[in-house]
Amino acid sequence: MSFDVAFILSTLPAFLKAVGVTLQVGLIAIATSLVVAVINTAILVYRTPYLQRAVGLYVELARNTPLLIQLFFVYFALPSLGLKISGFAAAIITMTFLGGAYLTEVLRAGVEAVPAAQLESGRSIGLSEGQLLRHVILPQAGILSLPALFANFIFLLKETTVVSAVAVPEILYTTKSYIALYYKTYEMLAVLTLICVLLFLPLSLLLSRLERRLQHGQFGS
Amino acid sequence: MSALIEFKGFNKFFGEHQVLKDIDLQVRSGEVVVILGPSGCGKSTLLRCLNGLEVAHGGSLTLAGKELLSKATDWRQVRQQVGMVFQSYHLFGHMSVMENLLLGPLKVQKRERFEAQAQAEALLARVGLLDKRDAYPRQLSGGQQQRIAIVRSLCMNPQVMLFDEVTAALDPEMVKEVLQVIQGLARDGMTLLIVTHEMAFARAVADRIVFMEAGRILEQSAPESFFTNPQTARAQQFLEKFSFVESLPKTPHKELS
Repeated sequence: MSFDVAFILSTLPAFLKAVGVTLQVGLIAIATSLVVAVINTAILVYRTPYLQRAVGLYVELARNTPLLIQLFFVYFALPSLGLKISGFAAAIITMTFLGGAYLTEVLRAGVEAVPAAQLESGRSIGLSEGQLLRHVILPQAGILSLPALFANFIFLLKETTVVSAVAVPEILYTTKSYIALYYKTYEMLAVLTLICVLLFLPLSLLLSRLERRLQHGQFGS
Repeated sequence: MSALIEFKGFNKFFGEHQVLKDIDLQVRSGEVVVILGPSGCGKSTLLRCLNGLEVAHGGSLTLAGKELLSKATDWRQVRQQVGMVFQSYHLFGHMSVMENLLLGPLKVQKRERFEAQAQAEALLARVGLLDKRDAYPRQLSGGQQQRIAIVRSLCMNPQVMLFDEVTAALDPEMVKEVLQVIQGLARDGMTLLIVTHEMAFARAVADRIVFMEAGRILEQSAPESFFTNPQTARAQQFLEKFSFVESLPKTPHKELS
């Protein structure tokens, strides 16, 4: 079996671009998912009537259907309803749909993990419910959620490979294209694997360092 | 002199279970009242009703002449006048000592930082913890945390302080440092309601002992007469349990054979 190094080198510029697309889809999706999750968590924490049930339903639906099927629904089914969207837009919408649900669960768990005694303690010095949320609940819930939050960030970044199915030129799509065109299966899979390791592993390490630093800053040791 | 705090025919339920029954209790300004009684008798619940952490179900409760059990009561106002210290301190773990102390004065009372901070520093110095102003709660011992928690309440300039078994989670050395702070407040003439199991402390610091059992007040008397001559059989029985430990025979050195 020959391993065509020269060919690999010739594909690197394209893969560099693909890494950019992967990061772009992933980071935008993480940001929009966070926004969705914060809104949902507020709805759940304040037990907003009706909306609370809607959020519950959404979370279950999003977490119990495969991402690929969600993606097909957004990309192929919505246009038949008259909504034409690009593959990139479909990718962001679908990733947000999924990520929003997962991050909602993470933040909700964080808020619930703040001891009830901390709330009593805050109320006993006269804090209003809003002040309690801002100065006691959110900072503590944020810190408590960090490990799960960061794990889900990585999870969402990895899931971006699924959007290759709607021709978003990210790393997996680029790999598959080269394989289809040149039959360099081993070379391209090797490159893909290497990119994943080089991309996600350092990010993972970076986030766990950040997590420790933030916890140290918040709790003093 | 009229009472600063007055419970009248006060009732409180947890579901079907009545935890406070027809409580009548008056506390004058500057008085130190210690509430004693077996676990589950409603002592802590009584304190928690006074700053709205528990909702009452009947009767009347007034603070400085104002009825608290009305819908119009602004508990945020009341809580600034009624400081509460808990058994497990409950300092905010994500804030330094000084941030803990200033949260109420700055955010709730909207006071000037320099003024609030000067007060906080003076109070910290008084409890001997000025050097811990930038520490985080988890870096402090239980006794230190509890003294900070007391200062956190004092920073709101309350009229009354409630102490809910504040030494129950501490080891004996730390108990002393916390009790000394409370004793200091009593000497200053602050109005205190204290729930405790420290009998000797109760006897030393109280102007009046209130003995509760099963949601009722059974006895109210001056500490000396309560400890030497309790009026009810239940109080006698309660005090015997505590004297039991002290009356244990001192073990002579054991023979090793």
